[in-house]
Amino acid sequence: MTVSVKMPDLGEGISKATVASWLVKVGDRVNEGDDLVELVTDKASFNVPAAVTGIVRQILVQEGEEITIGGDLAVIE
Amino acid sequence: MILSQDLLICRTKDIGLTDFFQACQLQKKFVQEVIDGGTDILLLTEHAPVLTLGSMATESNILLSGEMVKARGIGIARVDRGGEVTFHGPGQLVVYPILNLNKFGRDLKSYLSKLEQVAIDLLRYFGIVANSVEGKRGVFVGPKKIASIGIGVRKWVSYHGMAINVNTDLRYFSTIKPCGLEVEMTSMERILGKSLSMDAVKGQAINCFCDVFNLKITKA
Repeated sequence: MTVSVKMPDLGEGISKATVASWLVKVGDRVNEGDDLVELVTDKASFNVPAAVTGIVRQILVQEGEEITIGGDLAVIE
Repeated sequence: MILSQDLLICRTKDIGLTDFFQACQLQKKFVQEVIDGGTDILLLTEHAPVLTLGSMATESNILLSGEMVKARGIGIARVDRGGEVTFHGPGQLVVYPILNLNKFGRDLKSYLSKLEQVAIDLLRYFGIVANSVEGKRGVFVGPKKIASIGIGVRKWVSYHGMAINVNTDLRYFSTIKPCGLEVEMTSMERILGKSLSMDAVKGQAINCFCDVFNLKITKA
């Protein structure tokens, strides 16, 4: 089963963020709750954790690129 | 009216003058504590002179070479917070609220605005009229910036925070483009024409912080 890692809702008025750095790479095994990626927006840096345990199969947004709320960041299998 | 039993508890800890990296380590420890269900905590400190860059900050906003910065006894650190380059040094009050934002609406903009409100209320107490500016973060007195903001969030627990120039030696800011902006910095000392007791400012900062976030304070 594959699960998409989505950009979380960071509250009212924030529609997008920039990927500052990936803390994992494709092929890495991650546990539920492990930090996957650091996003930055409006003076805040925010780490997105893995919602499930599994292997990172795809990274869909590169460092420096923007992502909108609900957008797919990665795929974990 | 908010009844006292409705207030959330927050610890405060004044860690005095600290090395920036040591303070980061301490924050990490408390962030983990709060993630694990511990009580929120507000750290108060002043740092030895250091330039810090947010995760996506541009190094060209440091206007001196690395050697020149070092020669002046200033450290450089890249940190996992939002925002551009800023300066921390003695005479500047730095507050690091380590709060479980699940209890405060999981709303980063609202959290940042509340931090600004703490500084605005604090400054008003000392007779300074300050405000936030639409589209910019931080707190301003007229066109000059007096407080800077940059936060990190892990599992909805906040860290890093806000720096307010109390008696800061403002000459240090000439080494950078603060927050990537063409902005002049100011301090409470500069505006009031006298240096302030840091303890008095810290005490009032805690009061303002409690009022804005509806918190009841205990000493850590």
